Amino acid sequence: MGFKDYCLRKSLWVFHFGGASCNNCDIEILDCLTPRYDLERFGILLVGSIRHADVLLVNGSINRRDKDRLLELYHQAPKPLLVVAIGACGCTGGIFAEGITFAGPVDKIIPVDAYIPGCPPKPEAIIAGIVKLAGKK
Amino acid sequence: MAVYLLWFFIFPGLLFMAVAGAFLSWFDRKITARVQFRKGPPLLQPFYDFFKLLLVKETIMPKSGSGFVFLLAPLLAVFGATMAGLFILLPLFNIETGFRGDIIVIFYLLTLPSFSYIIGSLASGNPLAAVGASREMKLIISYELTFLLIMAAVIMKSGQKFDLDSIIAAQQSGTPFIGSISGVLLFIAGVFCIQAKLALVPFDMPEAEAELASGIYIEYSGPPYAMIKLAKYIMLFILPAFLVALLMNGMNPGINIVWLILKILGVVLLLTLIRNTNPRVKIKQAARFFLVWMNLLVVIAIVLIALGL
Ligand code: SF4
Repeated sequence: MGFKDYCLRKSLWVFHFGGASCNNCDIEILDCLTPRYDLERFGILLVGSIRHADVLLVNGSINRRDKDRLLELYHQAPKPLLVVAIGACGCTGGIFAEGITFAGPVDKIIPVDAYIPGCPPKPEAIIAGIVKLAGKK
Repeated sequence: MAVYLLWFFIFPGLLFMAVAGAFLSWFDRKITARVQFRKGPPLLQPFYDFFKLLLVKETIMPKSGSGFVFLLAPLLAVFGATMAGLFILLPLFNIETGFRGDIIVIFYLLTLPSFSYIIGSLASGNPLAAVGASREMKLIISYELTFLLIMAAVIMKSGQKFDLDSIIAAQQSGTPFIGSISGVLLFIAGVFCIQAKLALVPFDMPEAEAELASGIYIEYSGPPYAMIKLAKYIMLFILPAFLVALLMNGMNPGINIVWLILKILGVVLLLTLIRNTNPRVKIKQAARFFLVWMNLLVVIAIVLIALGL
């Protein structure tokens, strides 16, 4: 593993994209940054602008309007970019998979590097997923 | 000539300031984490961040706006910060004495990073960046007068000395300026000015994470953003060093370098604690805070200096 990869792995900046989520996944993601789980000790930060992001975190079911936004975000992000689909909705569609406005799941729209299933996934599961993702490349 | 290049690039120039500033930035994040009962990032985190941005990520140019100015601005910021740091650190480390009036030059060079952020963000053509730039401009207008008054007060207190070296010498032969009532007032105003210059909470409205999505830096990615980070690291080091030189005795030769490091860490600790215990204020409140209250504080200090306190 080269120096560049090591630096990338040690400093993953996360941009959070919430699709048509039921809001539970968003809360679990924010939980990861609280004192109890503290993702900053792995160098993970939540950033406000997609231009600074290394990881695009997608949760919630992707409906037709979200699809355009998601694609636009994906094209605006500086590469290399890792995409993580969080929750049953992000991975497969979950309970929204049969809905008329459903346009996902995420991996039909953009390539996904890691799936973190659960409805919602526990913060431990999210951390495990991110750690695996950092070890993958 | 060679020695100037050495000063500019290695010690006490770019390399030294970048490493020291990166360490201070880690210190700041670690203290923040401890205040929130978290564990905090590892020691080398600022280096990982910097090299990731510099080596790994690609640069995306904004579609509208001026590409050349957009890319030039971060370099200008690093240049301004390094030059200002050079003029501050050379007298502080007793390497070179500087020249008469260098304190004025330092004052102007210290505003260069803020100005280049404004230029760069306006060149990106992003509306959120434009809002951030306009806030940064208002912030500069607010704190700059206070900063100038502080320097005027220090010049007055040192007996009309216009260069940093004689100001430090005046403190070392007498007492440090912070050891008097006027010095304490100047120190309080100075800490708030530094807070605003570094755009830390409560004065971080130009980059407001929550509402502007990092405002003035929103369009920067990859190496240009790494340069901005570098300029921020350097500023985090040289502004506390400047305050130490102006009010807190600078550095006596010899073993006192430990004492100097402790003083700088103390100032950064103070900045971090302020940023962790305050909410962001509105730009109007910040302007009033500086233009009315801080200026009043410094004017009181100047009157006290005139009375010899
Ligand atoms: S996966 Fe479950 S918790 Fe997460 S957004 Fe979908 S329905 Fe809500």
